[in-house]
Amino acid sequence: MLRLLSGRSGRLSLAELTGELGLPKGTVYGIVRTLISVGFVEQDPESGKYRTGAALLHLGSSYLDGNELRARALNWSDWLAARTNESVRLGTLHDGQVLVVHHVFRPDNSPQVLEVGALLPVHATAMGKVLLAHHPYLADELGNNDALPRFTTSTITDPGLLTLELERVREQGWASEVQELIDGEASCAAPIRDRRGIIVGAIAISGPIDRLCEGSEPHSKLIAAVREGARTISRDLGAVPW
Amino acid sequence: METCEERTALSDRYVAAIDQGTASSRCLVFDQQGRIVSLSQKEHEQIFPRPGWVEHDPQEILRNVVQVVRGALDSGGLDFRDLVAIGIANQRETTVVWDRRTGQPVHNAIVWQDTRTDGLVRRLGAEHGQDRFRDRCGLPLATYFSGPKVSWLLDSAPGLRRRAEDGELLFGTMDSWLVWNLTGRHVTDVTNASRTMLMNLETLDWDDTLLAAIGVPRVMLPTIQPSSRIYGEAVGSLGGVPIAAALGDQQAALFGQTCFSAGEAKCTYGTGSFLLLNTGNRPVRSGHGLLTTVGCKIGDEPATYALEGSIAVTGSLVQWFRDKVGLIGSAPEVETLARTVEDNGGIYFVPAFSGLFAPHWRGDARGVIAGLTGYVTKGHLARAVLEATAWQTREVVDAMNADSGIELTSLKADGGMTANNLLMQFLADVLAVPVVRPIVAETVSLGAAYAAGLAVGFWPDTETLRANWHKAAEWLPQMDGSARDKGYRKWKKAVQRTLDWVDDDDD
Repeated sequence: MLRLLSGRSGRLSLAELTGELGLPKGTVYGIVRTLISVGFVEQDPESGKYRTGAALLHLGSSYLDGNELRARALNWSDWLAARTNESVRLGTLHDGQVLVVHHVFRPDNSPQVLEVGALLPVHATAMGKVLLAHHPYLADELGNNDALPRFTTSTITDPGLLTLELERVREQGWASEVQELIDGEASCAAPIRDRRGIIVGAIAISGPIDRLCEGSEPHSKLIAAVREGARTISRDLGAVPW
Repeated sequence: METCEERTALSDRYVAAIDQGTASSRCLVFDQQGRIVSLSQKEHEQIFPRPGWVEHDPQEILRNVVQVVRGALDSGGLDFRDLVAIGIANQRETTVVWDRRTGQPVHNAIVWQDTRTDGLVRRLGAEHGQDRFRDRCGLPLATYFSGPKVSWLLDSAPGLRRRAEDGELLFGTMDSWLVWNLTGRHVTDVTNASRTMLMNLETLDWDDTLLAAIGVPRVMLPTIQPSSRIYGEAVGSLGGVPIAAALGDQQAALFGQTCFSAGEAKCTYGTGSFLLLNTGNRPVRSGHGLLTTVGCKIGDEPATYALEGSIAVTGSLVQWFRDKVGLIGSAPEVETLARTVEDNGGIYFVPAFSGLFAPHWRGDARGVIAGLTGYVTKGHLARAVLEATAWQTREVVDAMNADSGIELTSLKADGGMTANNLLMQFLADVLAVPVVRPIVAETVSLGAAYAAGLAVGFWPDTETLRANWHKAAEWLPQMDGSARDKGYRKWKKAVQRTLDWVDDDDD
């Protein structure tokens, strides 16, 4: 059924699916409902026809080798660090955490340690929020917990509040985290997309709140720089500019 | 002091760098803080007419160069009026001969990796040895350098040598070819000239003894100019922007890494890898297989010299592994594959594909994978592919320490392979010194931009440029000494097994 739905440029009605599959209508309808419930199939609200769902794209095909992502993002990560004077990290999802695949030092020649390979909590980092916001199933999984691990007094530990935060992230196209992982530190992240528009990683700047923030939010010019960096890397990966 | 108005005007403008490399041509636009503003690149065809021969089409390269300059301006939303200057960094030694009147090349460019001059080079060294010309030009006899390539080319078809002697043909490395086409001037920069085997390192002029011995008529040679000076304004499609610098790519990287003082060194990891050490205003002759070369010459200031360790095959080994072996789909995946295993499984891969460069200079060597057993997997092969780059660097660093009498205390690394964390860590491990990457990994382009910007006053001096250098990553040695020593011993044994492979009756 999935092959049928992904093989057509158009969409298929229940009758068409039943005809193509040669199965009883009740059986086909049952399968379709199941696939819709896990997000592999979507129903067009106007025509009532079925098409493949966004969640299907997250299966395997969304995978971009972290080493490849680092190599392709090298120049523009440097650009972002030079532009903002803050450290830059690139992250991907790995076993429900954020895997740091690239790290550019804050360009002030101060002693810093390379954090490539480190795993960060998804709900307490800007990169994690960006990745979670576009990965509903992992977000749902977190939502099943009573409370999420706390790192500071500002960490969002209530799954309901996290859901609201992720909605905001999806709407605005970027995420921030202010003292939610480490006291006195903040970060700001935006999504990196590939040519299919699928999110393959997140890029973030992080640093002390007195440099990064203006009130309770990162400076707007820093947010703009992070988003521009993310857009440029995405464009290099073949994403259509948005 | 400059007025405020001038500052604003200049800081809104940019320098473009053309990096005409072995695999592709690129253009990067930089702002006054030395930050990348935009970038465009285009690969060109690698022509392999026979084993060991490598050619490029100079016209294709010229078209690509003009295209990437426009591409970089477009993607940055800029036009030619936003540029104060263009600087050129180029693949070195690659040799073009063209007709002065028509501008048509008489042959494809013969690329630096090409080994067709092996016989000629051996004849030149027959009675006197490989170091016959080292005192004059700082280089050993090797297929790498341009002079013998020109001579081969002039003998490749009837009448060419006579036409060259009559002044009908012009020779140039890629910088000359581009500047001639962009400005109409037949010049080369002193760093590129120092790679021809035809220039005297003391006088910085063509050397008649070398010209006569190698067989290159002086009349076809470009005028040698400083690396940083306005050569002319670009005509036609590049809209009158001054072409204000040219450097060989590795010298450009040395400059881009702001290694302006004696004792500063960098290594650039690309197709091949090149470690250069600034030796100040005097050429240091190598007793350990390194090259003596010109580092740069800024306007009328005295030239700066460098010691160079050139490694022919590093990044290109990864490309070979991708394209010819097919175990990986993209170059960065070599790290993913290599991380599926803990170590190299006991194998060592010496990629002497076109002989060995520094510090061995053995044209008769060919590649080996030593230590193969039934235990070895593709993961181990990937490890050995990466480790080859690090061990080759170690050999060059040892030679550099011996020649200069100064121990390297940290390595400034740049180039595309610095994206490979496993390699950078292994490099720190086998060198036993920290490896540092600067915030602009594109040091080749940055160096060309710096030299061009200095020539037109976009930057006042080299100290200003130094302030733009920042550490972007650092890898510290973690390997224990005995593992390092054992690995190096095995590597050296593997190198021995590459030697004396090519016989006289081989094609």
